[in-house]
Amino acid sequence: MNLQTQIFHRGIAATLLQPNIDTDAIIPSREIQRVSKEGLGEALFSGWRYRSAENREPEPDFILNQDPYQGASILLAGDNFGCGSSREHAVWALKDFGVKAILAPSFGGIFFNNCALNGILAIELEENSIQRLAEWVRIDPRGNLLEIDLTAQRIRWREGKEIKFDIEPARRSLLLDGLDGIAATLRHEAAIAAFEDADRDRRPWVYEFPDG
Amino acid sequence: MPDTLLEKLWNLHEVTDLGGRDSLVHIDRIFLHERTGSIALRGLEQAGCGIRAPRRVFCTMDHIVDTRPGRGDITLVPGGREFIEATRHSARKAGIHLFDIDDSRQGIVHVVAAENGIVLPGMSAVCPDSHTCTLGALGALAWGIGSTEAEHAMATSSLRVSRPRSMRVNFHGETAPGVSAKDMILHLIAKFGSRAGRGYAVEFAGPAIRALSMDGRFTICNMAVEMGAFTGMIAPDESTFAYVRDLSFAPRGPLAQQAQAHWRELRSDDGAEFDRELEVDCAQIAPSVTWGANPEQLADINGVVPEPEAFEDRQKSLAARQALAYMDLEPGTPLRSIRIDAAFIGSCTNNRIDDLRTAANYLRNRKKAPWVQAMCVPGSSAVKRLAEAEGLDEIFRAAGFEWREAGCSLCFHAGGESFGGRRVISSTNRNFQGRQGPGARTHLGSPLTVAASACRGYISAAEDSR
Ligand code: SF4
Repeated sequence: MNLQTQIFHRGIAATLLQPNIDTDAIIPSREIQRVSKEGLGEALFSGWRYRSAENREPEPDFILNQDPYQGASILLAGDNFGCGSSREHAVWALKDFGVKAILAPSFGGIFFNNCALNGILAIELEENSIQRLAEWVRIDPRGNLLEIDLTAQRIRWREGKEIKFDIEPARRSLLLDGLDGIAATLRHEAAIAAFEDADRDRRPWVYEFPDG
Repeated sequence: MPDTLLEKLWNLHEVTDLGGRDSLVHIDRIFLHERTGSIALRGLEQAGCGIRAPRRVFCTMDHIVDTRPGRGDITLVPGGREFIEATRHSARKAGIHLFDIDDSRQGIVHVVAAENGIVLPGMSAVCPDSHTCTLGALGALAWGIGSTEAEHAMATSSLRVSRPRSMRVNFHGETAPGVSAKDMILHLIAKFGSRAGRGYAVEFAGPAIRALSMDGRFTICNMAVEMGAFTGMIAPDESTFAYVRDLSFAPRGPLAQQAQAHWRELRSDDGAEFDRELEVDCAQIAPSVTWGANPEQLADINGVVPEPEAFEDRQKSLAARQALAYMDLEPGTPLRSIRIDAAFIGSCTNNRIDDLRTAANYLRNRKKAPWVQAMCVPGSSAVKRLAEAEGLDEIFRAAGFEWREAGCSLCFHAGGESFGGRRVISSTNRNFQGRQGPGARTHLGSPLTVAASACRGYISAAEDSR
């Protein structure tokens, strides 16, 4: 499970500023037709991106179908982005499409975690910062690229301008190190076993129970 | 120092402090379902990892199984059969508990986990499903995760978690007759917003919560995630202990007594401090129905669809405008004048026995409006059997409702059955765009409101026909 987060990323930013874009809008459940994490990019936003789900005829009004946003790697999003269903397919679809970072005033909680676990940088920024970035990017989407520096925790935009962002230390190191979470936790195996030994005395019913 | 329920639950499960707000937390129970569990099981297999404690992992079939009578593995969901078969195959191979389609314990994962005593007060439980918070009603620490975290939990019996902040919501005063747990939680979300709970574990407290049956409490905690919360919970009390007694996976004999003594400690101490406290006066709550595409977009049954411009918050007024366009509604329209095409009683929010009794009680000797497609989908096979033993199925059928097998059914659209393009009154938890099918316009309400609306064919409260 190698995450290959980009510590530094420069890219085209697309704007999807409406609030409450939920994971079902990011990838409709009907698109999840195989037990697989792969190849979901085509289904990203399919309810909006295609005129009909069957023949995949692009909806020209949808931003990710417009030039140059087909190549967008950053999303400037609205409040509560990724709320709703826990499906990690939403993150896999974004990743497969090529999204590296999402900037929004707030995110759905489970989605926010899923992003970090898959190497996508989800950054919380104030709404007016998002607005300013969106306005600037729209002037010349191909030329006005955003530069995100995870180490320095800042976003560079217009010449000489930057916005700092907060990220919890644990999330940051998860993104920077791209650690395999299971392997990292298994380093605590002795502590887990000791916890369970003590807990078994305290709460035996958690460990020994009738089989239904 | 007085502790909150959250602090007690956290301390009970913290294996190691990882610095900052993060802890390695022991996970007592893991649940899977065929939609997201299949992929987690396969992911582990591919990574060559075993499951650390397979007996503490449970899987059910609920999300995409067919709910029409006589069902088998065949489902209308495209590719659905692969999910069912893959889940069955992986679950058997991994040696976890599997409640398959024909198992007497099959049902919606959060319903099954509670009614079988698999999750008990004080336990930590996770499932790759956002409504896992339902189980907080037992006084458990239960929350939804993604597939990667489900793999992690299975491989290590633990998760790295950021400690949520603590919030308490006090429901004081008494609810009027006809006002249900669903109206209470919808009212809370509408009052404080669908992001008010972000980063918090929310403890629901107060006399009106104590007065609720366990089924009502599940409804409240189920929707904690709709206010953005990490989870919801309710301190266990006599109702909780009576509920879990004799459930099939619950402790028996002396162990049961030991457990109960432990559970009695699981409450916020007097004087415990919360990061945030909210108050709700239950006397203010009326039966309520959503008019928009987010649970906070709610109005009292006596109210009208609001003007988007009336919201001071710019984001809210933008969201309202978009929602009204989607819902095809004009500001100022009285809720009661909105004609519906379908009525759905189901989902882990509102399809336990209490919900079905309430709806059936209303529907006795009544009939749905001729133009309405009405449907009742029990939360589990056990709920269904119990309802049938009480003759509720006959009442639903006589009223013109379809009586289904247990499952998630039309709570969400996976490409199979659909309310696409129609207006639905629904006892579910999400009214997002397309949630019940492309273009489906969902109005959330209590089971009683759904039953009453089905009969009149327009959004209605039970009192409209008294
Ligand atoms: S009933 Fe609906 S909300 Fe509940 S688990 Fe199933 S799909 Fe999710």
